[in-house]
Amino acid sequence: MKFTCLSKGGGFHFSPCHMLNVSGFRILLDCPLDLSSLALFSPVPVAHQAHESLDTDSVIRKKQKIEKTLDANDLVHAEPWYKTVKNLHLWDASFIDVVLISSPMGMLGLPFLTRTRDFSAKIYVTEASARIGQLLMEDLVSMHMELRQFYGPEDSCFPQWMRWEELEVLPSELRKIALGKDCEELGAWMPLYSAVDVKDCMRKVQTLKYAEEACYNGTLIVKAFSSGLEIGTCNWTINGPKKNIAYISSSIFVSMHAMDFDFLGLRGNDLIIYSDFSSLDKNMENDDTYFDPVTSSSGRDDVSNLEEMAASLLKDDESAEEIEKLVFICACALDSVRVGGSVLVPIDRLGVVLCLLEQMSLLLESSSLKVPIYIISSVAEELLAFTNIIPEWVCKQRQEKLFSGEPLFAHVKLIKERKIHVFPAVHSPELLTNWQEPCVVFCPNWSLRLGPVVHLLRHWCSDPNSLLVLESGVDADIALLPFKPMAMKVLQCSFLSGLSLQKVQPLLKILQPKLVLFPKDLSCKIQISEANMIFLFSENETLRIPSSKESTDIDIATDLASKFRWKTFKQETITRLEGELFMDHGKHRLLSGFQPANSKQQRPLVHWGSPDVKVLLTELSKMGISGTIKQVTDDAKSEDDAKSENAAAIIDIHDPEKALIDVRETDHIKISIQIIHGREFILYT
Amino acid sequence: MAIDSLVLGAGQEVGKSCVVVSINGKRIMFDCGMHMGYTDSRRYPDFSLISNTGDFDNALTCVVVTHFHLDHIGALPYFTEVCGYKGPIYMTYPTKALAPLMLEDYRKNMDRRGEDEQFTSDHITECMKKVIPVDLKQTVQVDKDLQIRAYYAGHVIGAAMFYAKVGDAAMVYTGDYNMTPDRHLGAAQIDRLQLDLVITESTYATTIRDSRYGREREFLKAVHTCIAAGGKVLIPTFALGRAQELCILLEDYWERMNLKVPIYFSAVRNFDRSLINAPGPCVLFATPGMIVGGFSLEVFMQWAPSEMNLVTLPGYCVAGTIGHKLMSGKPTKIDLDKDTQIDVRCQIHQLSFSPHTDAKGIMDLVKFLSPKHAILVHGEKPKMATLKERIQSELGIPCYCPANNETVTVPSTHYVKADASETFIRSCLNPNFKFSTYSSVDKSYLDSKYSKAASGLQVSDERVAEGILVVEKGKKAKVIHQDELLLMLGDKKHEVQFAYCFPMHTERLQKTRTEELPSADTLLCDLDKCTLINQLSMKLSNELSDANILDLGEQLQVESFRVSICSKNSCPHRLSHSVHNDSESVFLCCHWSLRDEKLAWKIISIMKSSSPHTT
Repeated sequence: MKFTCLSKGGGFHFSPCHMLNVSGFRILLDCPLDLSSLALFSPVPVAHQAHESLDTDSVIRKKQKIEKTLDANDLVHAEPWYKTVKNLHLWDASFIDVVLISSPMGMLGLPFLTRTRDFSAKIYVTEASARIGQLLMEDLVSMHMELRQFYGPEDSCFPQWMRWEELEVLPSELRKIALGKDCEELGAWMPLYSAVDVKDCMRKVQTLKYAEEACYNGTLIVKAFSSGLEIGTCNWTINGPKKNIAYISSSIFVSMHAMDFDFLGLRGNDLIIYSDFSSLDKNMENDDTYFDPVTSSSGRDDVSNLEEMAASLLKDDESAEEIEKLVFICACALDSVRVGGSVLVPIDRLGVVLCLLEQMSLLLESSSLKVPIYIISSVAEELLAFTNIIPEWVCKQRQEKLFSGEPLFAHVKLIKERKIHVFPAVHSPELLTNWQEPCVVFCPNWSLRLGPVVHLLRHWCSDPNSLLVLESGVDADIALLPFKPMAMKVLQCSFLSGLSLQKVQPLLKILQPKLVLFPKDLSCKIQISEANMIFLFSENETLRIPSSKESTDIDIATDLASKFRWKTFKQETITRLEGELFMDHGKHRLLSGFQPANSKQQRPLVHWGSPDVKVLLTELSKMGISGTIKQVTDDAKSEDDAKSENAAAIIDIHDPEKALIDVRETDHIKISIQIIHGREFILYT
Repeated sequence: MAIDSLVLGAGQEVGKSCVVVSINGKRIMFDCGMHMGYTDSRRYPDFSLISNTGDFDNALTCVVVTHFHLDHIGALPYFTEVCGYKGPIYMTYPTKALAPLMLEDYRKNMDRRGEDEQFTSDHITECMKKVIPVDLKQTVQVDKDLQIRAYYAGHVIGAAMFYAKVGDAAMVYTGDYNMTPDRHLGAAQIDRLQLDLVITESTYATTIRDSRYGREREFLKAVHTCIAAGGKVLIPTFALGRAQELCILLEDYWERMNLKVPIYFSAVRNFDRSLINAPGPCVLFATPGMIVGGFSLEVFMQWAPSEMNLVTLPGYCVAGTIGHKLMSGKPTKIDLDKDTQIDVRCQIHQLSFSPHTDAKGIMDLVKFLSPKHAILVHGEKPKMATLKERIQSELGIPCYCPANNETVTVPSTHYVKADASETFIRSCLNPNFKFSTYSSVDKSYLDSKYSKAASGLQVSDERVAEGILVVEKGKKAKVIHQDELLLMLGDKKHEVQFAYCFPMHTERLQKTRTEELPSADTLLCDLDKCTLINQLSMKLSNELSDANILDLGEQLQVESFRVSICSKNSCPHRLSHSVHNDSESVFLCCHWSLRDEKLAWKIISIMKSSSPHTT
């Protein structure tokens, strides 16, 4: 098995991406887009100004490479391109056999792959991820179209800003975005796919339910298990004839919206690929969360303990903390609204938005403020409707709502009561007639470069009473550059987006893998003291993992096995196999198959051991063949040896016909015969 | 190893579906239904057959419910709350969401009918709390060994077929299913599985239904005629399933025909009873179906006496219900109980809108799954017998239709586990073609015309035969490639070789030789040897058309058989008495190994026959 980490990603919106070689199949794990690099580009309104202010002064300054504080003019004024996984384009897409997508974010780059000419891989995505991912892609395309209308179609396939001269004069922060740390990422930039590409991509996707078995090529069985991060996100198990692999992406044990992390489903796998990099992005905010020596010291491995451990993993207070965060955001929003400011929430985490909607409307209602909540997105209506018909993908408490006849998420009721208004775009006529400030607006995109957020931010950026709620992980300095000077308040908050490091140890203990693939970057923060073999991986480095099993399991049908003719030796019993070998669902099966009539005659015979001449002679005489040992042609050594019966000899046969049996040291028996009638020899070993 | 299926309900009847299947030590109860035709103890399956002591938790691994119809779930609250089963119960999400509504609806109707209450509203709530919802196609690991999986059945919303697997044994219980899509549900879908047993419903074991459109048109026509004449239409249905289908159909029709006659649906809200006798035509969906009691009976009693009215019975009616009485003949009077008699003058329209598969569908499914055995439940005895015969004769699958409380035992698959070596697996991946000619004599003699056509090249590709299974005491059986065997046994291979040296007299050769080089066959030149070998090669290729003859100049090779001219004076393989006139003949020395023994003797005899002076 071979494993290559193509990219460790960055944050919730940019999942890690890996390439895996199992049983001769090449598997790509996730195919995300790095939307944070959109920060390089200037959103539309500034572009207009920029052209006017492109005076000689700034050009000279740029050429002289004088470092100064960034301003909006430094951004690239062009139709944005999109950055894919940096190393993926180095691989030949046509050699990929399987693509496993673990989250809606992880499929944003998929159309780039599916539109390549020889791409033929099978793509597995959970049903919910596929739907949400499709909507995200469609939204991305429509937001991009809006920008395109301003910039006009690109003339050449190689845009101006990608020329080396242009790149060289970019300020260092922006150059890092464009080229990466080692100036190797320029090849990852792509012009966005079209709506047709998205449609085409979705046609090639095979959707799965959680824990549904999908069999690839009769050999690999892949199954998705809930990861708890977001609705539809999953971890994967890949079972081949010789390998059982579990791939753990960013996971959350107890979620407020999505189905919980189903870690028990991942049990029984030899190898775990741990790919939850979320603790890297936490900016070391909780440095003291090294793994707790107390929990690791209580290392009893009996079953009850494992169950206890599993329960303790689930009941932790992370979700309570998340609710507190939401309440805090709502409280801040309320403060802004009270003083007449509006609240802009460009958060693109579906689960968080849905919970925030519930909290926010609850709070607004209790405060008896008549403030409308707007959701502006081309796909919002569909997305909101979709989230209410998928009880199989949401958390337990929300499933209970289904069984008691309530909607899964409160937004259905709120939309009906006209407390939440959903509009497809900023310029939609319904919005213009309904618009009322102060208000709370949820809209894409978190990069602050695309979508309705750009217009609204321009509108409110100078209002000191208004509030902008940002996700952490966004480089606020660069992201807000086009909107400076900002009078608006900015609240940046981090949401739980993966496993915390102190839970890794107990989790691995429950899963009991033989091997763990662990990110090198995280390994310094945690000690995995277990007997598990650990391989550390880092970006763009191929690891070869030795096979844990030497042999393959094979199932032999009982009716076939009962037909075998056995031969017994001192210790072992052997038989030659019959039937046909099938490969079905990752299992080798030997079933009785079609037997040609003459198959018995063609059986190759194998003889081994050295025959004992005397025994041979007596056996022959029993059959009516008599002869004498004519000559023992031996070297001196074996003449001394008393037990030299096994040595070379020639037996003369006189009756019934003349023949000669020549037994030699080199394990050959030569039989010279004139005519042999009874040719059935039993050769003893 | 065997699979035992204890049929507690729906054996040779329709109603109270319940089958308990034991596979490899696991016991699964499929469905837990009630019989709508009885009000006494016969309405529930006889649970005491599962466990005498009433310890159901240990007797059963899990309960699986296929859909929310009462004849599949009706006894569940009784089983969990009154009988005390506390183990896991599985059903699909929609079934879990809708089942309590159905049970509650039924309980209220029973209440109204004044029957003794078998379970309370709280029982239903408590029972539903124990239910674990499953998604379609989700593989659920019930415990370490038992796996179950639901497949879309298309009977009603949430209806599923269930697949269960323990070890190597696997089975499918279909529940009720529909193989043709209709207005709101698709057709059943299932993977091709390796199964030991399929337990299938057989409601319409002998019926082949005509097209849906014909049936729909007939239904709409009947309804339209009735309301046009100012009559009232009663459609007794259960709250969910067919009702939705017919609603969609009627609504569509109303819109197209611009009809304004009201359509009421009594199950959703409490129906205003004054509307029953309001003047003018109307269409009313009333629960429960089959007119077993409750509101549909109430309305039926009021509407039945008028000739203008119409009662349409969509779907199947269980024996013992009023619906069944109406369907089986045209009664003019129905005795409800000792005191009440209903005058039936209204029109009765029977629809086969039942979402059950017809005979063709059952045959298709059984053929598709091709299990080793099949069991029929949920049908009528004589029809089931016919279907059973068809399955056995047409599909060659042993089929059973047990009565209630009978057990059917079928053998189950079991595999012998072994470890296979890498070399063996790899050798099996490579083609290993062997070509041989047909030995096609016997049959083709009958018809001489085809005798030539029948003989031909036969290609066999036997790869497994190179494998050897080794069983050692206390160790797992191991499959290895034959090349690995000796290594494993720690022994050396030996070869059995035959050698034979015989004289051959060829006159022409003899002459040329004697002229040029007298009395010296030790000096036979290479050229001569080659010509001789060449001639032999020609001869052999004439005789043995299918053999691969290699002419290597000084020797000939066919498989492992090699022949060359023996130049030694005393070859050990030459047997002395055969040597008469050395000067006149050449000796041919042959070597071959054991496996080509037959071939070797054949070649030798050919070669001997070619020379006139054979010994």
